[in-house]
Amino acid sequence: MTKISYITHENKTYTIEVQNGLTVMEGAVQNDIPGIDADCGGGMACATCHVYVKEDWLNKLPKKEDGEEDMLDMAFEPKTNSRLSCQLIVSDELDGLVVNIPSKQT
Amino acid sequence: MIKTDALIIGAGPTGLFTAHQLKLIGLECEVVDNLDKIGGQCIELYPDKPIYDIPAIPECTGEELTNNLIKQLKPFDIKFHLSERVDEVKKEKDNWIVRTNNRKLFSTPNVIIAGGVGSFEPRKFSPKECEKFENKSLFYSVKDKKLFKGKIVTIFGGGDSALDWAVELSKISKVNLIHRRDEFRGSQATLDKVKELTKIGNIRLLTKYQLVNIIGKSDIESIVIKSDDGDTQNLKTDYVLGFFGLIMQLGPIANWGLNLNKKTIEVDTEKFQTNQKGIYAIGDICSYPGKLKLILSGFHEGALAARACFKLAKPNEKYRFEFTTTSSNLLKRLGKKE
Repeated sequence: MTKISYITHENKTYTIEVQNGLTVMEGAVQNDIPGIDADCGGGMACATCHVYVKEDWLNKLPKKEDGEEDMLDMAFEPKTNSRLSCQLIVSDELDGLVVNIPSKQT
Repeated sequence: MIKTDALIIGAGPTGLFTAHQLKLIGLECEVVDNLDKIGGQCIELYPDKPIYDIPAIPECTGEELTNNLIKQLKPFDIKFHLSERVDEVKKEKDNWIVRTNNRKLFSTPNVIIAGGVGSFEPRKFSPKECEKFENKSLFYSVKDKKLFKGKIVTIFGGGDSALDWAVELSKISKVNLIHRRDEFRGSQATLDKVKELTKIGNIRLLTKYQLVNIIGKSDIESIVIKSDDGDTQNLKTDYVLGFFGLIMQLGPIANWGLNLNKKTIEVDTEKFQTNQKGIYAIGDICSYPGKLKLILSGFHEGALAARACFKLAKPNEKYRFEFTTTSSNLLKRLGKKE
C-alpha cells in the first residue's frame, strides 16, 4: 500500500492508501474523491483525470507517453506540472505523492 | 411529426450496428446525431488511429470501421438527422415524443440512447471574460472565413484544426498562432507549412503561452498571454479562435428522469432498458455490473436492445429468432433474395 494525497480545488486533502499496481486515477475514483471524472476509464482517450503534481515529484514520476501530452492539450487549464492520473501507476516509489485536482475537468 | 418504430440517438459504431439489427428484424428506425457527420467518437476523435480489438477485423482505423458499418447498412433505407441534438423526451400514451434543438419531432415507442459519453462540445477558454465575446469576435469553429479578411486573428491550439486554419487564414489575415508547448500534434506536412510561413513572417508563432485575459468592450481590442516562466505579453488582435478539441457533455439527457451513475445511464442486461420503459441505453453511455467500454460490447448491447424494441413496436406479432445464413425473410430484407 502506498500513501497518496489528493488536494481538491477547495483545499480539502484526502490522504489514502492505494494498492500498488492501481493508477492514481483509480485510487481517487474507488475512494470517491471528488473532481476526477475519468470519463474514458483510464484509456488515455480523454483528459478528465487531469491533476497537477507537486513540483518536487515531477522528475520522480514515470515519463509521459507520446499520447499523454497530446491529451493534456485538451485538459482544462494545463500547466507544466500537469499529468493524467490514469497514467501514474502506484508503486512504492510514489509513496507520499501529492496531487492537486483542478477546479474542473471539462 | 416523424413516426418510427425506434429512434436511435447517436450515429457512432454502436448506433449504426443497432440500426442494422432493427432493420434486419423488420423494424423502422431513424438516427439523430449532434455531430455533422456519421461515426461518433471513431470519426471525431480517432479517424486515423488503428483499432485492434474488433472481432474478425485484425486492424482498422476509426474511419474504416465507420465506412464498413455504413456499407453494412446499404441494403436498408435509414434516415439520418445530423447536426441535431435531442433536447427533450416526453411520454404521450404509449409513445415517446422526442424533440431536437431544431424543433424536429419524433413519435416512437422506443428510444435507444447510443450517445457515447454524451454530445461533443468545443473545449472553451477558461478566463471568464471570454464568454462575452463568444460568437462575436471569439470562435471555436470557423463558419465564414471572409469575416477575418484584412484583420488580425489570434489562433490558440496545437492540433490539426489550429494549424490548418493558421495556414489558411494567413492568406487573407495577419495570424498569431499560440500554443501551450513547443510540440504540435497536427500532421507533419501542415506543421512544416506553418514553420515555413513563420519564417517568412506570414504567421507569428508564440509557444509556451496561454491566454489569461481579453481586453475590449464589445469588440476585442487586445489579449493578454502568459508564458510558463511568467512572461506576460499584450497582443493587439481583432479576433480570437480556440481549437482545443472537443469535450463530452451528457447534456440534456441528464434531465430525462433516467437513473444515472456518474455520467452513465443504468440499464438491465436483458434488454438494456433504463428505468423508463421503452428507453434503452447502449454502448459507452450505459452502465451495468461488469460493463466494458469496448465497441464490441456496444454491438452486443444493440442487438439485444433491438429485439426488445420489437415487442413495443409490434405488440401483436411474435419475434422469431432467425439466422442471416438461412432465413429467406432476412435475406429478402438484405436484398439478397427476391
